[in-house]
Amino acid sequence: MTGPPEQKIHETLENPRLQAAIYSSTARLADHRRTALATLPEYEELRTQAHLIKRHTIENLGFYLEQFESNAKAHGAQVVWARDAAEASDFVWELAKRKNARLLVKSKSMTSEEIDLNERLAHHDLEPVETDLGEYIIQLAGERPYHIVAPALHKTRYDVADLFSAKLGVPREIEIEKQTAIARSVLREKFLAADIGISGANFLIADSGAVTIVENEGNIRLTTTAPKIHVAIAGIEKLIPRAQDLAVFLKLLGRSGTGQALTVYTSFLTGPRRAAEIDGPDELYIVLLDNGRTRLLADREKRESLYCIRCGACLNHCPVYRKIGGHNYPWVYSGPIGAIITPQYMGVEHEPWLPFASSLCGACAEVCPVKIDIPKHLLTLRTQVHAAEAERGQGRMERLGFRAWAWVMRHPRIYEMAGLMASAVLPGEHWFSKAPGLLNHGPLGAWLSQRDLPPVGKSFRQLWRERRKAAE
Amino acid sequence: MTARDEILKSAREALGGGDVQPEATPAARIRIPEVALEARIASLFRAVCALAGKTFLAGSPADAQAYVAALIGSGPAVASNAAVLRECGIADLAGVQTGFTDLQELRQACASAPFGITSADYALADTGTLVMLSSPQEARMISLLPPVHIAVVPRSRILSGLDELLSLVPRPGEISSSMVLITGPSRTADIEQILVRGVHGPGEIHVLVS
Repeated sequence: MTGPPEQKIHETLENPRLQAAIYSSTARLADHRRTALATLPEYEELRTQAHLIKRHTIENLGFYLEQFESNAKAHGAQVVWARDAAEASDFVWELAKRKNARLLVKSKSMTSEEIDLNERLAHHDLEPVETDLGEYIIQLAGERPYHIVAPALHKTRYDVADLFSAKLGVPREIEIEKQTAIARSVLREKFLAADIGISGANFLIADSGAVTIVENEGNIRLTTTAPKIHVAIAGIEKLIPRAQDLAVFLKLLGRSGTGQALTVYTSFLTGPRRAAEIDGPDELYIVLLDNGRTRLLADREKRESLYCIRCGACLNHCPVYRKIGGHNYPWVYSGPIGAIITPQYMGVEHEPWLPFASSLCGACAEVCPVKIDIPKHLLTLRTQVHAAEAERGQGRMERLGFRAWAWVMRHPRIYEMAGLMASAVLPGEHWFSKAPGLLNHGPLGAWLSQRDLPPVGKSFRQLWRERRKAAE
Repeated sequence: MTARDEILKSAREALGGGDVQPEATPAARIRIPEVALEARIASLFRAVCALAGKTFLAGSPADAQAYVAALIGSGPAVASNAAVLRECGIADLAGVQTGFTDLQELRQACASAPFGITSADYALADTGTLVMLSSPQEARMISLLPPVHIAVVPRSRILSGLDELLSLVPRPGEISSSMVLITGPSRTADIEQILVRGVHGPGEIHVLVS
């Protein structure tokens, strides 16, 4: 069994600046969410409705995909289906080749991160440019997003100053407002020169064939307005049946993510520019991406992982994410939602430790706006990991140990005797550190290195008997 | 088998169904509160101000024209082809360029003008949102490229909120290729969670009710 990246995790834990950045940013996002929800009395009702709509759509996904496709085509959009990352990025590459395009502006999209679009396009000598400020920063740094909604959460203004002066050749600037202005002017040029704009999608609207995208900066509006061609790449799970359902989802998404009643911009895009409209793209391509989603669909219980609207609230409330940050998860999706979708997209054997990297405290399920029962799915995934290991003949010692434990537990006399023996051999506090070697090795040693155990004294059964005797 | 057919087939097989029609879709949840006009205007202005936007209630078309004239000075400003801007005399102000029908000319004008002036199809009182449907009268770029956006909304177009909008316009795609909701100035908090306005879109927004 491959384990978690312990070295990297320790580096994160030992970096006080990084710890402070993760802790304060997630706390602030969580605070904003709480404040925003305080003025939304119908919050629980909206959550329930959002869950029901998502469940209905996912249970009838084939129907809604076809409905979406036919409505999108009726409005002049072209619908492209991609089984995996390679098919999706090859489509963009071939489109660029056909249109003689080299410069592509991109708006923030986790789906495009998922398929490594930038790397694949750069490999073909194309120039994809991220335009969301946070994404632009991490693209210049050659990193992955640290958080679903705050990709550069781990970067300070000083990091940005170094990065901009090294990569853009501008004087070192540490004022955040001026840094933002630098990005605005560099990227404005890119927007006006780009041949193709690439976006993701927050929702695909089946009854309209429309793409809905939310943002705060305006870079998505520019990406989908300035270039002649707009390509929207969306996972097939992004569907909702009707435009009217947005009334529920938009109220939940902004508040859960950043504490906004609505994000600054919500674009509802149906087909390319119409004949009499002055601006907007001449061509619109919508790429419907599978990349593991239909595999996930097969599990009746866990398919609700596909309801996720990527608000990031579960990350902000997760005690594990808030310590280890976003770069110690094996894939682009971090935090609790990443821990359940990564093994499902890639197969449980891929990163078997991931479902175990959770305290199962339940905070993620409590804040999820579409009520995904994340802890329950983590437990099921753990069972699956063990089953897969058993099949491969791994984990024998662990199973043997648990079987012995179960046997002892079923035999009260023997259980009591074992307890007596333990307290006789290992008296006093911190007994484990005095325990000869045996206990301080392997996984048990790692576990004990972070914990104090209570001293071994009289057992519960013994105390019970003594009290009963005293009472008589 | 094409990617399309394969994905649809895998989805249907995974769900254990054939080509079933979906059982009844849950009814859409649309709740429209009764709010008097005065209260809608007050709520709209409160919400816009909370987002650091500016507001103005014009008593007459001349009022609206005077507010815009004072704001833009000698311009230059790009105005959309909306009827309400002509009716208020805003389109005739010195320094205002309007009547664009050519994409390249519009792009150039918007890329350099400090002010963009538009109408809005609706405003949402509870969130302080402008609703803009792209059309020959209303291009997308005017509310996007210039650093200052000024929007004129007739008071009859102020709705209570998103639910009322989506009940009036249940399929925006039948009217326009683009419906954009604008709630406050463009903003980012991507560096150290510090709020900065005007990153890609306008950093300043003025909502005029006529």
